[in-house]
Amino acid sequence: CLNETGLKIQKIIFEKQWFYLDNAIGHVYGTTFEVTSGGNLQPKQEVEETSTEAKEAGTDNRNIVDDGKSQKLTHDDIKALKDKGIKGQEIVQQLIENSTTFRDKTEFAQDKYIKKKKKKYEAVITIVKPSTRILSTMYYAREPGKINHLRYDTLAQMLTLGNVHAGTKMIVMETCAGLVLGAVMERMGGYGSIVQMYPGGGPVRAATSCFGFPREFFDNLHEFPLSRVQSLLGGTFSAEPEEMPLLEEESNGLSEEKQQETEEEPAEISPAEEQDTMDISAEELNCLFCCSKVRDKQIKQWERRKKLKEAAALLGEKNADGLIVASKFHPTPLLLSLLEFVAPSRPFVVYCQYKEPLLDCYTKLRERGGVINLKLSESWLRNYQVLPDRSHPKLSMSGGGGYLLSGITVLLEQGRAGCGTSEPPKLEEPSSKRCKLQDLPC
Amino acid sequence: MSFVEYGDTIKDGDTAIVFLGHESMFPVKVQHGTVTQTKYGVIRHSTDLIGKKYGSKVTCSKGGWVFILHPTPELWTMNLPHRTQILYSTDISIITMMLELKPGSIVCESGTGSGSLSHALIRTVAPTGHLYTVEFHQKRAEKAREEFREHGVEHLVTVTNQDVCKSGFGVSNIADAVFLDIPSPWEAIGHAKSALKAEGGRICSFSPCIEQVQRTCLAMEEYGFTEINTLEILLRVYNVRTISLQIPDLGKAAEDNSSTGFDSSNPSHQGSPCANLQQGTVQFKSGVPLREVVGHTGYLTFATKNLV
Ligand SMILES: C[S@@+](CC[C@H](N)C(=O)[O-])C[C@H]1O[C@@H](n2cnc3c(N)ncnc32)[C@H](O)[C@@H]1O
Repeated sequence: CLNETGLKIQKIIFEKQWFYLDNAIGHVYGTTFEVTSGGNLQPKQEVEETSTEAKEAGTDNRNIVDDGKSQKLTHDDIKALKDKGIKGQEIVQQLIENSTTFRDKTEFAQDKYIKKKKKKYEAVITIVKPSTRILSTMYYAREPGKINHLRYDTLAQMLTLGNVHAGTKMIVMETCAGLVLGAVMERMGGYGSIVQMYPGGGPVRAATSCFGFPREFFDNLHEFPLSRVQSLLGGTFSAEPEEMPLLEEESNGLSEEKQQETEEEPAEISPAEEQDTMDISAEELNCLFCCSKVRDKQIKQWERRKKLKEAAALLGEKNADGLIVASKFHPTPLLLSLLEFVAPSRPFVVYCQYKEPLLDCYTKLRERGGVINLKLSESWLRNYQVLPDRSHPKLSMSGGGGYLLSGITVLLEQGRAGCGTSEPPKLEEPSSKRCKLQDLPC
Repeated sequence: MSFVEYGDTIKDGDTAIVFLGHESMFPVKVQHGTVTQTKYGVIRHSTDLIGKKYGSKVTCSKGGWVFILHPTPELWTMNLPHRTQILYSTDISIITMMLELKPGSIVCESGTGSGSLSHALIRTVAPTGHLYTVEFHQKRAEKAREEFREHGVEHLVTVTNQDVCKSGFGVSNIADAVFLDIPSPWEAIGHAKSALKAEGGRICSFSPCIEQVQRTCLAMEEYGFTEINTLEILLRVYNVRTISLQIPDLGKAAEDNSSTGFDSSNPSHQGSPCANLQQGTVQFKSGVPLREVVGHTGYLTFATKNLV
């Protein structure tokens, strides 16, 4: 049931449509609305998809000539209808009546025609509950650049290969607008802890905020800057700011802004955000609040430092239950350092849009040791049209959804870790022939 | 150890995975006083396993070594004793995501088969969700119950021994999702619908044949399911190999002794340590597809039940 008070008075602009969500509050998820003039939502009455009146249909397309003249209504005519406030449903009906070829089309083609026109002229929206399924398919369809072209089925593989589940301690390093983080959070259901490693000034969670997670889910979400990983591993890490606090603040602000560019949201609802910025600028105008502002800043900084210490402590235990990487960076340096924080006998999985960096990563991990069952893979996804006697794969499919390298950590031999004497890595793993087991206990 | 909770050390009664090498592994029930034979010799559970850390290298009696791994549903899927055809992790992944499963979800499944999917479902819905799985083959139902007990997940699953097409899932209006992997799923769509919550939920059916899919889609439509969508997912695995290719000798231009046009016109391998033009070869890393792969497992049909 939709009950976010934050939805109020939000004007949503989506695919040349605009509307207010006020009327949606109180309706169940999955409700379909019609957008009326004035941008108000009105629950749509269920109309029988295929009207029972016998439709006239052709048997094949021998009489169809595509001369671009089959539609007698012009653009101007249609615009005039719209301006008069004629409902989308009626416009589609008029289009059908004014189509000279409609009656000659086969029944199947007629359905297709109606569907296409309906989509174009009927302002209908359905409000669905956000989930990894919905958000990952939406991002892949609409904003693939923001998620490094990570296809949803590839994300699905990552969650399984990483054995992401409630009660674990996961390390997530992603530059996918927070989508991968959100997917991991959903699978953990608020149980366990997550450390998000981030480049630049702060973690990006634009997509994460679209999942509608309860507040408690964020209690066990920590973040740690990538730029401090080496110092943490080297034992020189300190949560105290390295430079003058003001300077750090400034540089943080800058890089944060830069990130914002690539992090903008596709017509998503982020309540309260605008409210926030309003408050701040109002505050800035008012000198009376200046002192409290400085104090606020100090408190914020102190809190940030405390959270940083907590994240560092979590990582420092070096017992994470898994590592999930999906970023625009070269995976090799990320894996070589972040794997140090993972306990033995735990899965890790790294996504890359390209295959070649993963080939390198594979080779370097083999040299490093401490990992087994390395697997480089890709998934293919094919959608089907299923109709009696007319089933076949859909005409087009995604050409690629990115690549995954996955594996399992094992205890690193003493002396092997970190020391430069690279004895030739004990060749691969024992031969791959399955042996005869007399005492197979299962 | 349990399949839904990691542990650090190997304990008596655990199910552990003995890893011999790439793709070669098997599960073992850890038991005081027991020994397990491998091609590298004997593993003594009391001394070699119990108390050791998961992920340890264990040296067998003949000097070869193996790794002992903590079980996961994925490792189990790769190693479980087959009593039926099973679902593999690639299909399982997309099923889990498209059914929107997460901790707390209530799921109905039929048939249980060898429990490959069941283990993965249980992992995802734990600790607050539940799996109701229906299997009409009595031995298989019993064996599944036994495995769930051994794997520490029995509190998260109910195995029912009945015909799902006749008697349904034994529950109604409580499921967030239903999954079918039976020969005639269309006969169970009605039961699936009544197992799902009144406010709706998701359904998935797995079938190897397109004829099955057609009948299932019709049944789904008949029962008012929406968003009906059929797809197929395939895994492509690549072997990482270092390949060297010979450079063809195209001879030399009369006055030009700076060798063939190949290296001078191709800046990408200038200075690359892999290029060895003296020997006339270029080395590179490649991801090589396997010679033969699984080309089809089954079609997955997903749909949504809406509140009516
Ligand atoms: C292919 S197996 C399922 C494998 C399972 N998904 C796995 O991953 O291990 C199909 C199972 O469904 C069972 N089955 C078939 N028809 C059934 C029915 N009508 N009711 C209950 N179980 C049924 C069979 O006995 C068989 O064990």
